[in-house]
Amino acid sequence: MPTELETRPKLETDLKQIATDIVSRAMKGGATAAECVVREGDEFSTLVRLGQVETLKESGSKSIGVRVFFGQRAASTYSSDFSREGLDRMLKSALELAKITSEDPFSGIPSADQLGQLSGDLDLYHEDVYSLPGADRIDYARRAEKAALDTDPRIKNSEGGSFDAATGHKVFANSHGFIGEYSRSYCSVAAVPIAQNEDGAMQRDYWFSVARTLSKLDAPEKVGRIAAERTLRRLGARKVKTARVPVVFDPMVSTSILEHIFEGINGDSVYRGASFLAGKLGQKIAGDNVTVIDDGTIPGGFGSSPFDGEGIPTRRTVVIENGVLKSYLLNTYTAKKLGLQTTANAARGLAGTPGIGPGNYFLQPGPKSPKELFGGIKDGLYVTEFLGQGVNLVTGDYSRGASGLWISNGELTFPVEEITVAGNLKDLFFNISEIASDLEFRGAVAAPTIRIDGLTVGGE
Amino acid sequence: MENIKDKARFFVEHYGLAERDLERYLAAALSAGGDYADLYFEYLSSTALSMDESMIKSASQGISAGCGVRVVSGERTGYAYTDDLSSDRILHAARTAALIASAPAKTTVHGFQQTQARSLYPVALPSVDAEISAKVELLMRADKTARAYDPRIKEVRASYADELRNILVVASDGTFAEDSQPLARMNVSCIAKTDGNSARGGAGGGGRVALDFFFGEKNPEFFAKEAARQALLQLDAREAPAGEMEVVLGPGWPGVLLHEAVGHGLEADFNRKKTSAFAGLIGKRVASEKCTVVDNGTMPWRRGSLNVDDEGEPTQETVLIEKGILKGYLSDKLSARLMGIADTGNGRRESYEHIPMPRMTNTYMLAGEDNPEDIIRSVKHGVYAVNFGGGQVDITNGKFVFSASEAYMIEDGQITAPIKGATLIGNGPDVLTRVSMVGNDLKLDEGVGTCGKDGQAVPVGVGIPTLKVDRLTVGGTARKDPGGFMQ
Repeated sequence: MPTELETRPKLETDLKQIATDIVSRAMKGGATAAECVVREGDEFSTLVRLGQVETLKESGSKSIGVRVFFGQRAASTYSSDFSREGLDRMLKSALELAKITSEDPFSGIPSADQLGQLSGDLDLYHEDVYSLPGADRIDYARRAEKAALDTDPRIKNSEGGSFDAATGHKVFANSHGFIGEYSRSYCSVAAVPIAQNEDGAMQRDYWFSVARTLSKLDAPEKVGRIAAERTLRRLGARKVKTARVPVVFDPMVSTSILEHIFEGINGDSVYRGASFLAGKLGQKIAGDNVTVIDDGTIPGGFGSSPFDGEGIPTRRTVVIENGVLKSYLLNTYTAKKLGLQTTANAARGLAGTPGIGPGNYFLQPGPKSPKELFGGIKDGLYVTEFLGQGVNLVTGDYSRGASGLWISNGELTFPVEEITVAGNLKDLFFNISEIASDLEFRGAVAAPTIRIDGLTVGGE
Repeated sequence: MENIKDKARFFVEHYGLAERDLERYLAAALSAGGDYADLYFEYLSSTALSMDESMIKSASQGISAGCGVRVVSGERTGYAYTDDLSSDRILHAARTAALIASAPAKTTVHGFQQTQARSLYPVALPSVDAEISAKVELLMRADKTARAYDPRIKEVRASYADELRNILVVASDGTFAEDSQPLARMNVSCIAKTDGNSARGGAGGGGRVALDFFFGEKNPEFFAKEAARQALLQLDAREAPAGEMEVVLGPGWPGVLLHEAVGHGLEADFNRKKTSAFAGLIGKRVASEKCTVVDNGTMPWRRGSLNVDDEGEPTQETVLIEKGILKGYLSDKLSARLMGIADTGNGRRESYEHIPMPRMTNTYMLAGEDNPEDIIRSVKHGVYAVNFGGGQVDITNGKFVFSASEAYMIEDGQITAPIKGATLIGNGPDVLTRVSMVGNDLKLDEGVGTCGKDGQAVPVGVGIPTLKVDRLTVGGTARKDPGGFMQ
């Protein structure tokens, strides 16, 4: 068993220098504007199964992308090769490729006065995610799994306990002279137990804790125990009869509703008319109790960054206020297309045009506890997991595979599976009849427990 | 043994790799006593173009290269990779992966045996190296055709992407396999609008093909018309029913049923760990006797095909279910060794950054004897689903879903109105036992499928003939026949 893994030597090269060089060389090559992004990262992961280390992975990589403009034409290239020849070839292909793209009157990088970054420490990077010695990292994974296995004799198998840590460093430069960089860290511990009934039927579920610093990570024992409880409660699941009943979404799945809203109100979908929410700015799209915020500036947030994918300072945007659509989420291009201002939600990979991504994007919690929310339900479904996609943002049609627990007279009773939940998002957003108080960020998108009425549960 | 230059031409030319280097890296990987080690060199070049509002708005190209080192010791796997192919960095990765074991070195590596592989996708000119103007032409033609199809077609997006993946796999068991894997696809997506009503349609295709593929029968016009047709059809779709009913699946892409319902559950890693609902069912009946299901990585030009898998093993045709009886699993080297079964050549990975695991290639059901029209005619009240989006499965409890994007009601043996997209849900180990009719019209999908597992995406193919499933739950919204309760 390894006691200590070698750590990767830190890169000596100044990535900011590389990025600014690429931008200035693009401009010398005739580009009228250019952007360069450099990313490097390290990852560690280990999986322990039935007490034995199954996989151990440790590595790092870096890559670079450039986007060049000739007037209104743009193209991008990327490479993992940082040699002189590798970078030359990347730049040369970008300048060549831009010749075949179309003049798009709305294309371009942001104006110089829009650029900038949040000042102060956003608390996104903690070296301590790598501070555990190798053996202790493995032990975190082992402890999480063991806690799950020890919870109940019906936990008979496991897909393992895991511990992951990662850091990422991002540099962005453009031809207005913007240069920015930030680092983010991440660690997580998870368990995936399998429970088995006397009849041999198996169920699997999971739980995890994730944090930017090891000091905020839940104890592996807590993670393992919750994973076991979530798995055990699925044993003996059955189908139910087709019915139209209230459906309560566990926070692990209520975030999906926010994601559908995001898909519907991001600038790309809106300007293409690929969303039923296009053109609804200022209109009611949900009930009075629904307020949705996107905020990329929250210290320590999983969706926080000092600037977006185009070098614009991140901000707080009220997306929906008391049911009224107050703002789309936009990058520079889609803002221009719609005659609006960017909301600093540009998200980008190494290549291609920038897309749109959320910051910390959440549904404002309500006053009731989740238990109070079940209280008024005579017959209903509590969904803990969805399977498949089955959502069409153009029409709003919604149909997903689901499993969870049946609610009878305000109490969770028996587990259910192999059912579908269907409706239309146009009505669904108005039918969020209750929002609980249990908002917790386990990622960039977060929502409390919610109750939605009017959905069809499909079963026997 | 011939000179390495005959074998690993690509990596020799680009990185000056010599056989003694490979032996040295493997020795470092096994320096702490591992049982087995392999190196996966990858050089991937790719192009992506997209057209939107009749403009080429995005064009990108890129290169990513690296080497992954795996060391296996018993059931344990150590993995490290580098995107810097210098000796120093590969040796560093090898020593990092080596730490999974903790003993003196015991295995040595001397010489390699080149894998004799098929040539399933012998393209003369890989599409990544083809003239970019020809790729632009494909998108312009698709855009023009879709817009001309009907005035209600308002938005058209077309995209084209290709790649060429050069790989070299060498292993301490003497494996030495090289492959050059082209992959190309194009997609067209349309939105149709009328007053107060919109709908989307999409189509696409491709494979391990050269650019000339898209200038043949499966050309931009074909995909554009298909996408436009689907969008228009959806404008008139009525609510889908909810509950259990007879379902007829059309040939081709609805084969995603097999991929989700049985394919994943038969991947050997889940069965080695006994976490699959199919664990222990070899030799047992899991489907009606009309069903024979295979995974076949050897089909020329197909998206899911490979000359060798990502462990350097030649791919093959593997019978999974024969006349309803479960015959075998899809395995990689690790699961083959640990389970004492044959390696079926299904060890795949997304890239050099990933550990290989058992994955599907092209998974399909062999044709039966029923006439597709008779199958439809036999249904009193049910759904005919001909196009699907994605699907998902929980391999432990066997529950799977797949989402229809084009479907119709069948009433009294006749296909009637189109219905809105709906998710279908079932139980993997028993859904195929309810297959009562199998058509004589086997078809594979058009070649755009991508499968995800443990965060790794790989290209795959699926296929079925027309199938009748006697009972499957359809996740619609329409209030249906008396019997189901509604409140």
